[in-house]
Amino acid sequence: MNATSPIIDLREVRYTVGGRVIFDGLDMQILPGQVTAVMGPSGTGKTTLLRLITGQATADAGSIDVGGVAVVGASRSQVYALRQRMGMLFQNGALLTDISVFENVAFPLREHTRLPERLIRQLVLTKLQAVGLRGAAGLMPAELSGGMARRVALARAIVMDPQILLYDEPFVGLDPISMGVILRLIRRFNDALGLTSIVVSHDVHEITAVADRVFLLSGGRVVAQGTPQELHDSPSDIVKQFVGGLADGPVPFHYPAPDYFEELLARDGGRFA
Amino acid sequence: MPSSLALDGGGDDWHLRIAGDWSARALAEVQIRLGDLPPSLAGTLTCDWSAAESPGIGPAWALLMRLEAIGGGRVRIQHVSPPRHVVFLEALRDRARTGIPADDAGPNGALARLGRWVLSRGDEAREFASFVGRIVAVLVRAVRRPRSWRLPSLTRHVHETGVTAIPIVCLIAFLISVIVAYLGSQQLRLFGAEIFVVDLIAIAVLREMGVLLTAIIVAGRSGSAFAAEIGAMQLNEEIDALRAMGMDPVELLVVPRILALTIALPLLTVIADATGLLGGGLLAHYQAHISWPQFADRLRAAIAPTTFWAGLIKAPVFAVLIAVVGTYRGMRVRESPRELGRQTTIAVVQSIFFVILADALFAVLFVRLGF
Repeated sequence: MNATSPIIDLREVRYTVGGRVIFDGLDMQILPGQVTAVMGPSGTGKTTLLRLITGQATADAGSIDVGGVAVVGASRSQVYALRQRMGMLFQNGALLTDISVFENVAFPLREHTRLPERLIRQLVLTKLQAVGLRGAAGLMPAELSGGMARRVALARAIVMDPQILLYDEPFVGLDPISMGVILRLIRRFNDALGLTSIVVSHDVHEITAVADRVFLLSGGRVVAQGTPQELHDSPSDIVKQFVGGLADGPVPFHYPAPDYFEELLARDGGRFA
Repeated sequence: MPSSLALDGGGDDWHLRIAGDWSARALAEVQIRLGDLPPSLAGTLTCDWSAAESPGIGPAWALLMRLEAIGGGRVRIQHVSPPRHVVFLEALRDRARTGIPADDAGPNGALARLGRWVLSRGDEAREFASFVGRIVAVLVRAVRRPRSWRLPSLTRHVHETGVTAIPIVCLIAFLISVIVAYLGSQQLRLFGAEIFVVDLIAIAVLREMGVLLTAIIVAGRSGSAFAAEIGAMQLNEEIDALRAMGMDPVELLVVPRILALTIALPLLTVIADATGLLGGGLLAHYQAHISWPQFADRLRAAIAPTTFWAGLIKAPVFAVLIAVVGTYRGMRVRESPRELGRQTTIAVVQSIFFVILADALFAVLFVRLGF
C-alpha cells in the first residue's frame, strides 16, 4: 500500500435503521497518517459511521474497506481481529467502572495477549505517562473528572498500538483546558505513533485547529470535503450554514410537520389525540 | 387615542371605520364598542382598518366573532388595509369551513392493535432466541478453550449471588417452615396424628419450598442486579467499548453470571433445605412435643430416596432462567436511564414468573414419572 491509497475506503454505502435511511450513497476515502474530521448536524449518523467502520453495524449495501479488509461480509472472527487494530475513544470514556484506572488500561492487554505481568505493567505505565495520568493509576473511574476519564480512555485506546484511532465526540462537555489537552494529544499521538485518526465532532473551531482533512455529512452523504481552510472558503450553502452556525438554511429550522393551519385547526386533537 | 368604531351606510351597503387604539391592552374598551353595534346586519360590509393603531390579534378576533354573530352568513365582509392578524384569522376560518381531511395513521381497531402486539412479541421472541443462541455459542467455544472460563469473574459472581445471600435465604426458609409446621400441627392434632407433621415438613421443604423460596429470593436479589449492572454498562457505553476492543460482552459479562448462578443456587438450596428442616423440627419439638430421636426416625421413614433430589434438580434450571432473563434485560437497556429501571423491574417479574411456570411443569413431569 503506498502513502496515497486510502486506509479506509467507503463506497456507495447505504444504511437504514427501522425503515429510516441514515446513509445513502456515502463515499469517503480516508488517507493514512492524517487526522480526518467528520462533521455534520446532529442526527446525521456520525456515530453510526464509526460503528460501520468497526463492524458493530452492518451496511445494507456498498463496500467498506479498512486496512485491506472488507468489513461488509466479513466473518465474525475477521471483524474481531480487525477491531484489535483499531482503538476507539467513546464520548464519556466508557471506562469499566468496577476496576481501577491501571486495570482499565491493562484490560485489552490481558484479554488479547499473554504478556508477562512485568511487561504489562511497563506498557500501561508508559501509556498513562503519555496522557499525563501515571499518578492516577490507582484511582477508580468514579474518582476522575470528565477530562481525566477521557484521557484514561485514550491511554486504553492506544495500549494495543492500533493503526487507526477513532474518536467519538471527544470534546463534548469539557472545559477549555481539558479540551486543549485532548486536542494536543490527538495531534501528538497521530504524528508520534504514525496513526490514522478519525475525529467525529461538531465543534467547528476545535476541529479546524487539529484536522488535516474535513468531511461534512448531511442528508446521508458527504456534502463537502477538503482542508479546513477550503471548507471555510466554500461557497456552498450547507457548509456556510454549518461553519457559521446559522439557524436556518439547507438544514431547516423546522422539523418536518403537517401544514401549520391544518394542525392548528385539527378537530379532536389531530395527530396528538 | 381611545378605540372607536363608526358604522354608517344603510340598506345592503355598510361601512365600518375602525380607529384608535386596537392593541391587546384596549380589549376591554373594544368589547364595549362592539356591544354598540346593531344586533343584526345584512348585505356588504366594508371594514376599514387604515386608522387602527397597532391592532392586536385579540381585538381583531373579537370583532370578527361579533360580525359573525350579527351577520350570520347574510353579510359579505371586505377588509380595507387589514392588519396581518385579520388576514390570518380569515384564512383560518376559510380552512375551517372547507373542512380538514382526517389524519390517517393507519387502522386503529382492536384487531389492528392485536396484530401489532403479536408482531412486537414475535420480534422480541426472535431477539431473545438469538441472545440464547449467542450464549450457547460462547459455551461451546469455552469447552474447547478453557481460558474463556474466566475464573476471577466467576468466583466473584458466585460470592455476590451465593455467599452474600446465605443470611436472608436461611432466615426466610426457617420462618416459612416454622409457619407451615405450625399450621400443619394444628390441623393434625385434630386427628391425633401430630407425628405426621414431620412428613409434612420434610416433603414440603425438600421437594418444593426450599428450592422455590431460594429461587424467588435470588430472582429478586441477583436477577435485578444482573439487569441493573449490565444496563448501567450499556448506558455508560462500556458494552460498546468492549465490542470496539474486540471483546464479546456475552462471553465477558453474561456467561460468567449464568454459570455462577448455576453453581450458587443449588448450594443455597441445600442450605435452605437444612435450615427449613431445622425450623420445622424446632417447632415440632416445642409445639407438638416430638422428641429429636422420634423426629429423626420419622424423617427417615417419610422421605423417599428421590425426595431430596426432586427438589435439588430444579435448582440449576431455575438458576439458568433467572440469570438469562436478568442479563437479557440488562443488554436491552438503550439510551435512557428510565429504560434501566423499567428493564430491571421486568427482569424480576419475568424471572419469578418463569421460575413458577417451570416449577409447575416439573410437578407435572414428576407425577408422570412417579418421581
